Amino acid sequence: MNRPGLLPACTAMLRRDLTLAWRRRGDIAMPVLYALIVTMLFPFALGPEDTLLQRIAGGVVLVTVLLAMLLALDAMFSSDIEDGSLEQLVLAPQPLALMLGMKILAHWITTALPLIVIAPLMAAMLHLPGVVIPVLLLALLLATPLLSLLGAVLVALTAGTRRSGMLLALMLLPLCVPAVIFAAGAVAAAQQGLPWLAPISWLAAALVLAVVLAPLACAAALRIALDA
Amino acid sequence: MSNWIPLWLHKLGSPPTFYRFAGTLQPWAMTLALLLGAIALYGGLVLAPADYQQGDAYRIIFIHVPSAEMSMFIYAVMGVAAFIALVWRIKLAEVVAMESAPIGAAFTFITLVTGSLWGKPMWGTWWTWDARLTSELVLLFLYLGVIGLYHAFEDRRQGARAAAFLAIIGIINVPIVHFSVNWWNTLHQGSTINIFGQSKMSTDMLWPLLTMMLATKFYYAASLFRRVRTDLLALEGGKDWVRRIAEDEAKS
Repeated sequence: MNRPGLLPACTAMLRRDLTLAWRRRGDIAMPVLYALIVTMLFPFALGPEDTLLQRIAGGVVLVTVLLAMLLALDAMFSSDIEDGSLEQLVLAPQPLALMLGMKILAHWITTALPLIVIAPLMAAMLHLPGVVIPVLLLALLLATPLLSLLGAVLVALTAGTRRSGMLLALMLLPLCVPAVIFAAGAVAAAQQGLPWLAPISWLAAALVLAVVLAPLACAAALRIALDA
Repeated sequence: MSNWIPLWLHKLGSPPTFYRFAGTLQPWAMTLALLLGAIALYGGLVLAPADYQQGDAYRIIFIHVPSAEMSMFIYAVMGVAAFIALVWRIKLAEVVAMESAPIGAAFTFITLVTGSLWGKPMWGTWWTWDARLTSELVLLFLYLGVIGLYHAFEDRRQGARAAAFLAIIGIINVPIVHFSVNWWNTLHQGSTINIFGQSKMSTDMLWPLLTMMLATKFYYAASLFRRVRTDLLALEGGKDWVRRIAEDEAKS
């Protein structure tokens, strides 16, 4: 049998997922709109004082991005499960972990990247000082792939169930605590003019660990969830 | 001759044998738990002297510390059982892991409640975002996630396997969470009891505490055995040994 090599398989997987996402551009816009609306509600709820908004801006942007990603996480495998292409992927000769890694990458590009692009706008709405914004973007660039990877493992675990939205939030909460602490810690340190490299390094270390382990765990979880 | 221990363990893994074994041990474990618990409570609430600084308020540790210890001990048991269930696909290990989760969640909840009852007079607040308190809360959510995932599947064995996988992820996650929240904020005192070396606690207070820790272990064993037996009957319903038990019940 003529089986394609790893690299062509990876690019094919990535291109397929990105094309599918592009054909449904409206879905990409939903998390972005959600994040903007949530950010907009904070000044209404807390009052328009600049000092208060400035103090909470970093944390609010991070939590809002996290919630927006959680909203989109549910859809990571759902259409593939419905049309059966996920079973084909499990049966494919290429390593499942690698293929799932590509799917996670595609998911990150379509949901997290737009959120990172509008993050400066969200930060500006809450009067975050301009000098802190690069640190915020760096923290988001490291924290969002981490959340995508961890979320993918949990989504794979719930692949065999029907209602999983609330359950997913419950399971993701304990896993995302360290990511939120370090990302928010870096932003807060930068805002106070303190060195912010240490929490960023921890985030990067966690991301490296997750890049190696999460696709493997995701593959194992998917095998558990699909074999009945 | 010397391989009777592995043979016995192997037999114990089969549902009917474990059902009988747990049925024999369960009343003993429950009796010991109640007895030791009563002795520990008497020793802790009546015999032990009041603390020179905290007065009588410190006495909540006779509930708080054993529950906190059990919340982690049960998670460890659940993790080991989950690992065995996933690697060797032993049905009994799946049941033990899944039936441990609600008991562990209950102990975690008791720890949080007693801690906040103590915190109100001592720290002046019900809740504070301290490292240990936050890790314990995260532990509660891990337990709830495992329970929730288990019940989300229609097929119970598949649900048990998925939830077992989540429990193992949780075990890797617990030290990371503990470390990160420690780095973030700390107020809770360090540990007072030291197994290897001198404890920073008077013996009058120490013995009821250790007795209570033993009592909670026996309670866990009794409760787990009872739950596992019920679960095994439900899971194996229609098999011969279950039918025989049902017929015996009907006769008597």
